[in-house]
Amino acid sequence: MSQAATEIVRISGHAGSVPGAGLNREYTVCKLVDTTTCIGCKACEVACLEWNGYTFTETSFDNSYQTMPETAWNYWNLIKFNEYERDDGSLMLLMRKDQCMHCADPGCLAACPSDAAIVQYANGIVDFQEAHCIGCGYCLTGCPFNIPKFSPTARKVFKCTLCNDRVSQGLEPACIKTCPTGCLHFGTKAEMKELAETRAKQLRENSGYRDAGVYDPSGVGGTHVIYVLHDAKNPEAYGGLPRNPRVPLMVRLWKHPLKWIGNLGMIAGVLGVFVHYLRFGPKAVKDDRPQGDTR
Amino acid sequence: MIRQKYLLPDGRVLRYSFHERLVHWMAGFSYLYLLLSGLAFWSPWLFWIAIVLGGGTVARELHPWFGLVFAIAVLLMYGMWGKQMRETPADKRWWESIRYYIRNEDDKMPAADRFNPGQKLLFWGFLVNGMLLLLTGLVLWFPQYIPWSLRVLRLISIFLHPVCALFTIALFIIHVYMGTAMERGAFGSVIRGDVSRAWANHHHHSWFQQVLREEGATVGSQPNRAPAGPQSATGK
Repeated sequence: MSQAATEIVRISGHAGSVPGAGLNREYTVCKLVDTTTCIGCKACEVACLEWNGYTFTETSFDNSYQTMPETAWNYWNLIKFNEYERDDGSLMLLMRKDQCMHCADPGCLAACPSDAAIVQYANGIVDFQEAHCIGCGYCLTGCPFNIPKFSPTARKVFKCTLCNDRVSQGLEPACIKTCPTGCLHFGTKAEMKELAETRAKQLRENSGYRDAGVYDPSGVGGTHVIYVLHDAKNPEAYGGLPRNPRVPLMVRLWKHPLKWIGNLGMIAGVLGVFVHYLRFGPKAVKDDRPQGDTR
Repeated sequence: MIRQKYLLPDGRVLRYSFHERLVHWMAGFSYLYLLLSGLAFWSPWLFWIAIVLGGGTVARELHPWFGLVFAIAVLLMYGMWGKQMRETPADKRWWESIRYYIRNEDDKMPAADRFNPGQKLLFWGFLVNGMLLLLTGLVLWFPQYIPWSLRVLRLISIFLHPVCALFTIALFIIHVYMGTAMERGAFGSVIRGDVSRAWANHHHHSWFQQVLREEGATVGSQPNRAPAGPQSATGK
């Protein structure tokens, strides 16, 4: 990491303590989405398109404020709206900014067969390298959040980069930059986790949201996009946020036991027939003229 | 006069017709491509195969199309061989003596028909797995059109596709070994179509005897053909 060069460990001939010694820096990045202060203005949707160079595509109307049913290959950031009826009969308009969660244990990366098409950086960003993408779409199946999207024109898969190009230059992601309510925050994972927990506590204690909590699912090792939810016990209400996302069992079975069983089986098969040939050789056909061969 | 379909001049026997050979190689070449490109997607250690095949993107584009060709070939095989591949009561005895077959002690084996029970297993194995590969392959071909609510289809396919492929690879290794190294003459039978009478009699005794019964009657009526049949065994 480039920042590591600014951390001093020892200084020659220096009287007294080393400035900054013992400082513990965390390089992980994290986006905090506070759904309780989101007003659904969609400025983040626009900022995402602008920064990433996409133009507006056709929107679809489905009796909701939502721009389209789900994120698209050229629309990585989508506010999901849900009119939610609580147990006491009162209504809530839930708004959640949907984008790549940047899992610590990314299912897309586990499923990808192409060398270097998906990269996970030390700061937690999971980024697609489209130059190496072969367009197989395995990541679509590996992702528990329905995020990677196939482009029929490019025949490759695209998704939110967490503005890796901005973050690597010390800037915050475009969506964070533009958010007018301050419901989006950006910092280290520890900072954001702390801020989120503080906000959740405030909601529980001062605002009557007894089940308010932080969404940082452990099934995928935690994520580098975390949410504050009014009701952390019902994430599905926020536009289908999975309760316990994990890398699909089928992907795990395929990549671990099956791969080794298969590899050993194939090697054993090839060796087996070779050893058979050494031991028994080809089948000899008896010259059985009485059976009709008159040559 | 009975048309001699299988008995050829010079003591040769027609084992596979032109149509059968064509379909076999339609399956053979498409399977070879599917195997190589599939192995490239199977393991990072084998991804270099995709580079050799024109790059990962090209291999990914072509793999499903070759899959369609293979599936059609397998279905054509079902059309032309399905009946002959049915299990018979005698097959059980053949499997019970499989150890003699493995040790090349073929004289202890029950007589085989046009296809021996091992070949039948190969056929049904490729047919069943081939159809499962086709179904799961269609899902993997267009994952973007499988809606999120039907995601279970993608999950089943992503696991089942390589499982079925591994079963066919097991069959394929044995098939290629037996067709080239172990049974001399078998490879020629699927290239030129013919085998020697001794070969036919040795490996597919029941079938050959039936051919002789049906076509041997014409012996002598066609001087250009080699004499055939048990009745002509002693005289030339």
